[in-house]
Amino acid sequence: MTVTLEPAIHGDRVSLLRVLGPAHVWALGVGIVLVGEFTGWNFAADKGGALAALIVCWVVGLLYTSVAMIDSEVTSTVAAAGGQYAQAKHIVGPLMAFNVALFLVFAYTMLEVSDAILLGDTIVAKAGVEGLTHNSFIAATIVVLAWLNYRGVLMTLNVNFVITAIAYISIVILFFSVSPWTQGAVLKLNELVTPGNALPYGWIGVIAAFQFGIWYYLGIEGTTQAAEEVRSPARSLPYGTMAGMITLLIAAAMTWYVCASMMPWEYLGITYYPLWDAGKLTGSPLLENLLFVATLLAALASANGCINDAARAWFSLGRDRYLPTWFSAVHPRYRTPYRSILFLLPIALAFAFIADLNQAITFSILSGVLQYTFMSINIIMFRKKWPLGSIRRGYTHPFHPIPAIVLFSLCVVTFFAIFLGFGSQLIAMVAFYFLISLWFHFYRYKFVRRGDQFTMPWPKPQGY
Amino acid sequence: MSRYTPPEQSKAGQVFDIAVVVVAIFVALWLPLKLGLAGAAKSIDALDAKTWEALGQNPTMASIWEKLGYTPETAHDIIQNRFHYVIDWPTLVIMAAVLIGYFVFLFRASDREYRDVINEKFDDK
Repeated sequence: MTVTLEPAIHGDRVSLLRVLGPAHVWALGVGIVLVGEFTGWNFAADKGGALAALIVCWVVGLLYTSVAMIDSEVTSTVAAAGGQYAQAKHIVGPLMAFNVALFLVFAYTMLEVSDAILLGDTIVAKAGVEGLTHNSFIAATIVVLAWLNYRGVLMTLNVNFVITAIAYISIVILFFSVSPWTQGAVLKLNELVTPGNALPYGWIGVIAAFQFGIWYYLGIEGTTQAAEEVRSPARSLPYGTMAGMITLLIAAAMTWYVCASMMPWEYLGITYYPLWDAGKLTGSPLLENLLFVATLLAALASANGCINDAARAWFSLGRDRYLPTWFSAVHPRYRTPYRSILFLLPIALAFAFIADLNQAITFSILSGVLQYTFMSINIIMFRKKWPLGSIRRGYTHPFHPIPAIVLFSLCVVTFFAIFLGFGSQLIAMVAFYFLISLWFHFYRYKFVRRGDQFTMPWPKPQGY
Repeated sequence: MSRYTPPEQSKAGQVFDIAVVVVAIFVALWLPLKLGLAGAAKSIDALDAKTWEALGQNPTMASIWEKLGYTPETAHDIIQNRFHYVIDWPTLVIMAAVLIGYFVFLFRASDREYRDVINEKFDDK
């Protein structure tokens, strides 16, 4: 999520105040992502078994560590709002920037949809009233959060920080409440994950599980959306993003250990609320209610951040004339990209009603993986066009090009994982991006002001 | 290089472009759902004997299922609903071709546009 802090208006341009530090960057990233521990990651167990969910937790953690390293270098140098969108504009070109913004919009909008479905289903399950459906809760969540974003989100940053912290602490409390150092009392890992069922589909199940392994961390790259608002991008972005990754790796490991030790993998793979179920299975009403509330808070924090980030990316497309300039309007009083917020609202609502949770998650994951593929190539091009020493970098990530190669390789594996079970959805999504790219390149691009797309005070890129 | 001045888009043109984007989004996201192409490709391997043993559940697993409110009959469709990972090579080739084609087009077309940007930006100086 990104917070608009009393922006100064220059014509129809918004400039943001630099008031955020590393802790805020941490909160931005973890706030969006933490809901992944409360639902979604566990579908990896469905695709490959409980052990596969653990393996992908760590391997996909490596993917995201590469993302965080690469992103920290590029964003601390291209310190402009829009994150990867601004990077693509300066390093690859307008069409790539257009696509990257769409990746961001769909990854975040579908994540918002998933959050709203989770919230609605959790409330319905808790209420246990026959005939009660999740529709009204989903609609209320999306509309109220859109309204908050419409009105401005200055206060929301601190609120989100608090509710994210509560949700995170609930995982830690659950972990220590089940005596993780002993087996047999509450946790029964040896009896639930046996040599016979640890990898029910074999190693192809592990590869297939990559798809939902992404959900452990999807959205951490959203920290770069705040690039124009942090006081010291060179320091805050790497520290905040890497601290967020460490936090999430710890949370993911604790979540897997508790859940895999308390539920058969077949149930773990299909439940919408694994942590809440774990709370219930402890037999403690306190833990059950704590995890129920934490699930709702994590979903709210994530959805709120997603609305803000998706609207910001859509707004940027309008501001740069990649889409009709109508979207680039800033609310005269609240200083928010209100038309973009309102435009995306019915889209989110529509998909919340017609898609189920794992479909919405898959849409989001697909856009995320397309974006990570771009990032792995982008960093190679960045180093080639502006070698080290040619421009001032806020942060230089080590071991280049190993993180880029690791990231690209893991993206290829993840595409294959999505193909295993969700192939048609993948082809439909990529066909959409292909067609909309043709539309942009052969028609819409004529409305774009060429030279205005490059705003960094850098020398001419090598090779041009 | 002379500075490129883009045409001003009329309101009607903007509305049309917004409509195109909306239709494209719904076709891409909604159509796969409507046609049943989205979602997991799973199917139930039905068993005649619906007992915890037949379902491969040990006593610990069975006790947890029961704690969650399931019987062997109600858990059957969950436990036996499985992925069948058979690689459909023609579909895999199509998927790979679509993905590679997409990225190749993306980088090549972006590069052409990027040259416009760089030429205008740096030739001004």
